[in-house]
Amino acid sequence: MKCGMRNGERESPKMNLSVSIGKLTLQNPVMVASGTFGYGAEYARLLDLNQLGAVVVKGIRLSPVRGNPTPRTAEVTSGMLNAIGLQGPGVDGFIEKYWSFLKSLRVPAIINIWGTTVEEYAEVARRFGDLGGVGALELNVSCPNIKEGGAQFGTDPKLLARVVAACRKVTTLPLITKLSPNVTSVVPYALVAEAEGSDALSITNSFPAMAIDIESRRPKLANVTGGLTGPCIKPIAIKLVWDARRAVKIPIIGMGGIQCAADAIEFLLAGANAVAIGTANFYEPQTALAVIAGIQDYLKCHDITDIRELTGAVRLS
Amino acid sequence: MVERTAQIISNERDTDAYFRLVLRAPEIARATQPGQFLHLRIPPLREALLRRPFSIFQANGETVSVLYKTIGKGTDALARMGAGEELSAIGPLGHGFTVPARGGETPLLVAGGYGMAAMYLLAERSPQKGMVFVGGRRRVDILCEAEFRKLGWEVRATTEDGSYGEKGMVTQSLLAELKRDSGKRKLFACGPTAMLKAVAKIADEFKVPAEISMDEHMCCGVGVCLTCVIPVKTASGWEYQRTCTEGPVFDSREVMWEVAR
Ligand SMILES: Cc1cc2nc3c(=O)[nH]c(=O)nc-3n(C[C@H](O)[C@H](O)[C@H](O)COP(=O)(O)OP(=O)(O)OC[C@H]3O[C@@H](n4cnc5c(N)ncnc54)[C@H](O)[C@@H]3O)c2cc1C
Ligand SMILES: Cc1cc2nc3c(=O)[nH]c(=O)nc-3n(C[C@H](O)[C@H](O)[C@H](O)COP(=O)(O)O)c2cc1C
Ligand code: FES
Repeated sequence: MKCGMRNGERESPKMNLSVSIGKLTLQNPVMVASGTFGYGAEYARLLDLNQLGAVVVKGIRLSPVRGNPTPRTAEVTSGMLNAIGLQGPGVDGFIEKYWSFLKSLRVPAIINIWGTTVEEYAEVARRFGDLGGVGALELNVSCPNIKEGGAQFGTDPKLLARVVAACRKVTTLPLITKLSPNVTSVVPYALVAEAEGSDALSITNSFPAMAIDIESRRPKLANVTGGLTGPCIKPIAIKLVWDARRAVKIPIIGMGGIQCAADAIEFLLAGANAVAIGTANFYEPQTALAVIAGIQDYLKCHDITDIRELTGAVRLS
Repeated sequence: MVERTAQIISNERDTDAYFRLVLRAPEIARATQPGQFLHLRIPPLREALLRRPFSIFQANGETVSVLYKTIGKGTDALARMGAGEELSAIGPLGHGFTVPARGGETPLLVAGGYGMAAMYLLAERSPQKGMVFVGGRRRVDILCEAEFRKLGWEVRATTEDGSYGEKGMVTQSLLAELKRDSGKRKLFACGPTAMLKAVAKIADEFKVPAEISMDEHMCCGVGVCLTCVIPVKTASGWEYQRTCTEGPVFDSREVMWEVAR
C-alpha cells in the first residue's frame, strides 16, 4: 500500500466490508475457490475459517466420481495445470462426511455442483436446497477436465440457459453460475445466466492448456490436457470480469491468480463484487486472510468507507 | 500440522548432488512421526510457485532436517540457500510408518536414493533392530549408511555399477535374505516406484507384510487439491487416495499395482 499504516489502525467502525450475493450476505468479499480448499476441514488447522467471506467446496455431482489417472498436475511458469477429473464423494458421501463440519462454521458454505445432464444439475440443486443451511450453489458449467458434462454446458448458451433455469426452478438458494473462459465472448453467457435467474456469476474457471515433457515427448498430464490456473491467468480473468460487468447487473465473483490484496482490488475495480482465492492457497494457505487485511488497509488509505464503492470503479478517462 | 517460518541452521553438501538441510522448527520437530514429510516454500523461486515435499530425515529437539537431491529448479534453488535464511515449512504431514513393537517382526528396510533418509527415524525409534537394504546406481547414491550402523542396524548396500557393496539391484539382496529366513519379518520401503513395485511382489511371494512410501506430485500437501493420488483397493473395488494424507505410507497389499504408474 502506498500510505504508511500503523498496527491497529486497520479496524474502523465505519468501514463496510460486507457484500451480498442474492439473499446471502458475506462479512467480507474474500472467499476460497472451489477445488482449492477441499471441504473446509483440511485447512482449519492452519487458519481461522471464520474470518473468510465464504468457503466454496470442491465440485460435487450426484454419485461418487473416481477422477482422472495421474499425473494430475504440472507446474508451469507462474501457474499450474490440473486435471483432477472432479473426483468426489457424491451428494450422499459429502453430506455424511463433510457437512457437519461446514455447518458448524459461522461463515457460509457455498456448494459447487455439476452434472452430466440438465436433470442431474437440477437434482443435485434440489438435494442441497432441501438440506438446509447451505449458503449458495455455484453451478460449475466450466470444468475443462471432464469429457461429458462440465464444459459443454458452459460453451453452449442454449444448454446453459436450460441448466440455470432447471436449477432455479427447484431451489430458492442463491445461484452462482461459474462461467467458462473458453468462449469467444463471455457476454452472451453472462446475459443468459442473468436472464434465467442466476443471482451472481463466478469468473473465471481454469483455461484449457497443455504441457509436454521434451525428453519423453509425453504430455505432462495423464489426461493430456488440463486447466491452467494461478497468477499467469490474472490479466485474462480481469478482462473477462470487465467484459461481463458491462453486460450484466448481478454480482460477479472474480478469480484467477489472486495472490495478494492488490490483485483482489484489481478484480473489484474491473467490476467484481467479491473475489475468490484459488491456486495461491496451495503455496500460501494464509493468502485469503492476508488479502482481507490488505483490502482493509487500502480502504483506509484511500478514505473509502464502503468496499462496494470499488466495484467497477476503474477510471477510463 | 503447522505452518512456520523456519530458519536454516545449515545446508551442506552430503555426497555428489545430495544436500543436508537443517531447519529450526521446534513445533514440527516435536510432532514428527517416522515417514512424515515437510512441504517447503523455496523463496528464491519466483515463477515456480508450488511448495516442494521432502521426507523428514531427522528430528532432534528444536530442529528437523531433510536429505535432498538436486534434480530441478526447486532443489537447485534450495541448495543455494544458506544458514540464517528463512523459508516457510508446513509439517509434519502425512501418515507415516508403523514403528515396530518390541518382540514383534524383525524390520527389514529397503531403500533407494533419498528413501534412506525417509526411513532413518523409523530405525531410530524402533525398539527392535533390523537390517537395511540400500541400493543406488553408484557409490554416491548410498546415503547415510554410517548413521544406520551407529544405531546398531546391519546395512547391506548394492550398486548397479558395482562401485560399492554388491553389484546389482537392491531387491536381489533382499530376496537372498528372505530365502535364507522369511519368518517373522516385516518390510518397510521407500524409493522409486519400480523398486516399490518389486518389493510389493516379493512381500506377496514370501507372505510378509510390507509398508511402502509412495511419491506423487503434490500441490497443497494437506489434502485439498487431489493431485497426489494413487489407486487403493476398497471393499467394492478401488479408489484414488491422497498420498499426502492417507499416505505417503500404505500397506503394499492395499495398492492397486495394476493401475499405479
Ligand atoms: C512424500 C515425498 C517425500 C519426498 N522426500 C524427498 C526427500 O527426502 N529427498 C529428496 O531429495 N526428494 C524427496 N522427494 C522428491 C522431491 O519432492 C522432488 O525431488 C522435488 O519436488 C523436485 O523439485 P524441483 O523443483 O527440484 O524439480 P522439478 O522437476 O523442476 O519440479 C517440477 C515440479 O514437479 C514436482 N516433482 C518433481 N519430482 C518430483 C518427485 N520425485 N516427487 C514429487 N514431486 C516431484 C515438483 O515438486 C514441482 O512441482 C519427495 C517427494 C514426496 C512426494
Ligand atoms: C486443483 C484445482 C481443482 C479445481 N476444482 C474445481 C472444481 O471442482 N470446481 C470448479 O468450479 N472449479 C475448480 N477449480 C477452479 C478454481 O475454482 C478457480 O476457478 C481457478 O483455479 C482460478 O483461480 P486461481 O487462478 O486463483 O486458482 C479448480 C482449480 C484447481 C487448481
Ligand atoms: S497434495 Fe493436495 S491433496 Fe495431496
